[in-house]
Parts: sequence; C-alpha cells; structure tokens
Amino acid sequence: MTDGIHTDIRTFIIESFLFGDDSQALSDDMSLIDNDLVDSTGILELVGFLEERFAVKIADADIVPANLDTIGKIAAFVARKQVS
Amino acid sequence: MCGIAGYLGTGVHPDEATALLRRMAGEMPYRGPDEQGISRADGVGLAHKRLSIVGLADGQQPMSHDNGALVISYNGEIFNYVELREALIAQGRRFRTDSDTEVILHLYEELGPDCLNELNGDFAFALWDSRRKRLMLARDRMGVRPLFYTEQDTTLFFASEIKALLQAPGVRADIDPIALDQIFTLWTPIPPRTAFRNILELPPGHMMLCEGRQRTIRPWWKLQFADRGTEEAPADPAGELRSLLDDATRLRLRADVPVGSYLSGGLDSSLISALAARAVPDRLQTFSVAFETHEHDESHWQALMAKALGVTHSSIRCSQGDIASLFPDVVRHIEQPVLRAAPVPLQILSKLVGESGVKVVLTGEGADELFAGYDIFREAKVRRFCGRQPQSLRRPKLFQRLYPYLPGLQQQTPDYLARFFGTGADAVDDPLFSHRPRFRSTAAAKIFYSADLKAMLGDYDAAADLAAQLPADFQRWHPLHQAQYLETTFLLPGYILSSQGDRVMMANSVEGRFPFLDHRVVGFASRLPPDLKLRGLREKQILKEAARGLVPEAVIDRAKQPYRAPDAQSFATRPVPAYLDNALAPHALSQGGLFNPATVGKLKDKVLGGQAASFRDNSAFMGILSTQVWLAEFPATAQTKQHIQEDFCL
Repeated sequence: MTDGIHTDIRTFIIESFLFGDDSQALSDDMSLIDNDLVDSTGILELVGFLEERFAVKIADADIVPANLDTIGKIAAFVARKQVS
Repeated sequence: MCGIAGYLGTGVHPDEATALLRRMAGEMPYRGPDEQGISRADGVGLAHKRLSIVGLADGQQPMSHDNGALVISYNGEIFNYVELREALIAQGRRFRTDSDTEVILHLYEELGPDCLNELNGDFAFALWDSRRKRLMLARDRMGVRPLFYTEQDTTLFFASEIKALLQAPGVRADIDPIALDQIFTLWTPIPPRTAFRNILELPPGHMMLCEGRQRTIRPWWKLQFADRGTEEAPADPAGELRSLLDDATRLRLRADVPVGSYLSGGLDSSLISALAARAVPDRLQTFSVAFETHEHDESHWQALMAKALGVTHSSIRCSQGDIASLFPDVVRHIEQPVLRAAPVPLQILSKLVGESGVKVVLTGEGADELFAGYDIFREAKVRRFCGRQPQSLRRPKLFQRLYPYLPGLQQQTPDYLARFFGTGADAVDDPLFSHRPRFRSTAAAKIFYSADLKAMLGDYDAAADLAAQLPADFQRWHPLHQAQYLETTFLLPGYILSSQGDRVMMANSVEGRFPFLDHRVVGFASRLPPDLKLRGLREKQILKEAARGLVPEAVIDRAKQPYRAPDAQSFATRPVPAYLDNALAPHALSQGGLFNPATVGKLKDKVLGGQAASFRDNSAFMGILSTQVWLAEFPATAQTKQHIQEDFCL
C-alpha cells in the first residue's frame, strides 16, 4: 500500500512540478523546497492533490515541511492520516 | 528625445555609407518622427532621428561646431542647459541655436570628456572630435537613454537600438546563452551584455573614447554609499528632499512642447504630478492605465489623485486580451526576453499619451529604489530578523504582512514561510543576501532549458557573476544600501528604465522624464541613514514626510501596491493568439534549441487551461514565450544554433 502511495505521489510531482520530465533523479529524501520544485502555491496544489487522491483531511497545522517536504515524508504522512 | 546611430572605422565603403546610415536610422522611425540627418567624414558617420522637444526650429542634428571640428548626434535632454548656456555666454561663448545640443558642444570644447560632470540630464550621444580624430560615446548616469555597440573587424557600429545595428554589415542576431541565463536568474543581462551575442551596451554612467583602433571604456559616475555607521542625516531631510524634488521637477518641465505626467495612484507619481501641477497651474495633463483584474487595478486611487490635483486626466483600460495580442510588438521594441508582461500596458499607456498630443511625460520611477519602497527591502529585513531566532513561529508571519496581495502566502504555516524565504540557510554576509530568494525562485524556471542549453551553460552561475562585479567597498555598506545598490545599478537600467521605460515610451514617440533620477536627488538619497528610508517595516519614510501637504494623506498612507500586470493568465483568454501556437510549437522550440519541447508543451497546456498560478510557472511561461517571440522577431542566419554551439565560450 505504501508503495502505491509513493508511486502516486512521485507521479504527481513529476507531472505537476517537473512537467513530465522524469530524467532527473528524484529520491525519496530530496527536499522539494531546497530543490525549487515547489513554491507557496505548489504546496497548496500538493495538499489539494493529497486530499482528493487519498481521501484524507489535512489541517492547516499539518502543512509543515516536516510532513510534506520529501516524497518519503509525504507518503508517511498520508499513511498516518489514513489510519487515524 | 531621439535615436542615434553611426560607425567609426574603415569597414564601410564610402559609396555605401549614406545608405547604411539611413538604413540604421530608418530602423527606429518612432524615436525621431520629426526630422532625420546624416553627417559623414573620412571613416566616421553619424545619423540622427529627431523627436523635436527643445529648440524646435534650430536644433537639427547631427550638429556641427567650429566648421565641423566637432559633430554630435545626441539623444536625450540636458535639463540644466539654460543655466549652462548662460554661464558659457558669460565666458564669452556665442551660440547659434537655442538648443541643448549646442551646449554640449561648447562644454566639450571647454572641458573635453569632463563636460559630462556638468550635465544634469538623460542622454546618450556620439561626439566626433575631428582635431583629435576621437569619437566619444557617453551615456547618462542612471541609464535612462540606451546606447549599444558592436565591433566588426576594424569598425565600431553604435546605435540607440540594437535593430539599427543589425543593418550593419556582418552583424547577426544570435541569442547570447549567458545573457539568457542572466535574464532567467536576475531578470536582466549584466552590462555590458545584451540578449544579442557580440552586441554590447555602454553601461550607465560610462563613456567610451575611440582613437584609431583603441577603445577606452570607463565610468564617469558611480552610485556610492557611505560606510555603515557613517551616514549623516541633514538638519531638515524632508524639507531638503522636497526642495530638491521641486527643482528636479521644474527643470524637467522645460520643453517647447506640452509636458504631461503619469499618475499610477501611488505615492511617487502622485508627488511628482503634484509638484508639476503647482509649476504649471491649470495646464497639466495626467495619464493612467487601468486593469480589468481587480488585483492589478488602481483606478480608484488614480481618480482620487486627479480630482485632488484638478488636472485633465486620461485613462486607458488594458485587458488581458490586449496584453496577449500586443506582446510580440513589445518584445520587438524592448529587444530582450522578459519574465513579466508589465511592459505591455505601459506601451498602451504611451500610445494614449502620444494620441493626446503630448510628447513628454514625467514619471515616478526611481523612488522605490532610492527611498526603499520595494518589498524586497522589507523582505530582507524580515529574513534577517527571523534568522536571529530561527525557532520563532511568530516572526515568519511577518512575511504575510509584506505580501497581502499574494494569496498563496496567506495560507502558509510559519515553518513553510521560513523555508520559502530562506531565513535559516542564507549567510547574512552574502553580498546578494537581499536578492537570493528572488534569484532562486526566478531560476527555478530553468527546468525548462533544453539539454543542449544546459550543456552549453555548464556550471555557469549568473548570481556569482553578478556578485563578482560588485564594487570593493560594497561590503562596508549597510545591508539596506547593498540591496539598494543591486536594484538601482542592475534592475533599474536593465529592466525598469528600458523594458518598462524608454523602449515602450519611444515606441509611441513619447519621452519619459524622471525627477527622482536627478543626480542631486540620487546623491541626497544615497547619503541618508537607512532608517530615514526604511523605518521598521515602513517604507519611504522620508519621502512620505516630504509629500505631506502636497499629496492627500490617504494616498501617502495607503498600503504599498507594486505595479503589476496580468502575466501568463493573459494568455489563457480566448481566442489564443496565433503567434503563440507558432512560437511554442514543438518544431519551433526544437529549432530554437533553447527549451525542452515536451515539458514546455505541458506548461503551455497548464497556462492555457488557466491552471498555472505559481511564481515559477508564470516566470517560466513569460520567459519562454518572450524568448521564442524574440527568435521570431530577430531571425538569425540559418545556422544560428550551430554558430552558438560552435563559437560559444564563457
């Protein structure tokens, strides 16, 4: 299940923030901010995607880099949300 | 204001010289619709297109002096020419005309190149001294008027616009990949680079002396700040500033044609309009641009200010469709890729001015740079404030106060705000500290570069290149002054005064004049202590004090709204202009060789679908579209791509 989440998130990031360019290395622990993949509107785009795709509710307080700054952190966050 | 062109050297056959000079000048008809002139001597030629503003009857150019010993082709205005002329007459000099042009010739005869120090004005000129066989090119302190040049074998060609240079033999329109990368980082090429490979600009405040094959380029003026802690406040700073601005405006009302004023609704143009309205009671016309999009429109403030001044006011509404349809014409005028659509409404505005029978307008440009009005100055201060307490959850919320017009930021948590603005990671002694977030977020658009372009650029770093060109005493200045230097020396001439200034005004034969850029005002502002400009997070403190009593309090105290125009969203309106599909077609992108057709195609779909809202997507779309339009507007010889790849070196 976590693999599926990882894949969906990775696909979304490649399509939305890299415009389909999958030639770049995109590791699970690569910071989306430090690598300029997302900006302030990108974060909101990402949150909207997670809520729709995984049927989770994300509170304002959840929108922090500790939850959303890498693919690994996002996948773990979604998994936590799904079981809570 | 006018257009100039010319050459120096043996590369132009005497039989072809007149035709060449006519062709060069003919490429800039709008810069000088009133008259045209040519002057030739052995190995040198000057051309001039004239927009008659001062000395209507006798100011024809190129103008010669002392039986042709000196000849000048000059673009611009010397605002203190009346005082200079009187002083020269008192010294026994006799004038043939009433023009400011002749003043330069006499001054040069008296002082040589040092004559520039006497000039209060906006100018670019070429002066041929036949006795010394010396050509002098010079450009005003702040870079209001443009001047470009290129060297072909033994011959120097120069002109007010690059399109004139493209008429010269051997000159090609190839894009400079380094300049492109600088634009995609810094918004503008670093002087002397231009978007055109091997075509350079004479930097603001510089002169070039050409004798034989020797070219000497040197600054004749520099923006200076006092060392940190040694700045001194005058006894009555607001009073002194008001007096300086009053005189700077008075001088800039000198013309033999009507002078109008822009009125954006903000403090800067309101103050200049107020000073002008006082100087020419009942005669001032003001002009504004309005937008359909609420977040860009300032009509309310413009109307309020026009009513308060009692001026004759004209406004034109700019739609998103207008921006999309006029964009290629604007790119042709500004001659470089841009990351914003903001120049377009200003070209529409200058058209309104021209059609109203006004040839000259005052504007408020320069105030934000000199008196710390831009958000970037406050942003840098907040970043330093946050950096001192990185764990604080309250401090990053100040970023939301800085940018109330950016909805995406209002919904962010403090953690994210701190990360986006780089408060923790940036070194506070980095000379580019103030501008790092802007440079980084702009450079994010480079993900659309083609593999070829990435390979050509290698590890080139535009920001490092900029940092390497900063003056030696830069590190001794207050951080605010460092940030002001970056804005005033690079972005002001490279983008604001050119792409949003001279080029889009001259497109409609309108001359812009900038009282804030009077060198006395610039010197005054640079000597002020930082807290007279930015007090806490309150911008332009001293200017607001100077404006009280002249400008309604509501305008002085309103929240700062930077001039912005709808960018990528303008192209999401229907119908989509035909040129856009052509410019962004995969084969056009492949042929240009600069961008990745597959990813750009997805970006285009996102923009046209109204889905692109991020800073990066917006900058990328505007930058890519304008570059592709640039390539179409300035077609190179067939082998452009190969030439760039074969000849390219950093």
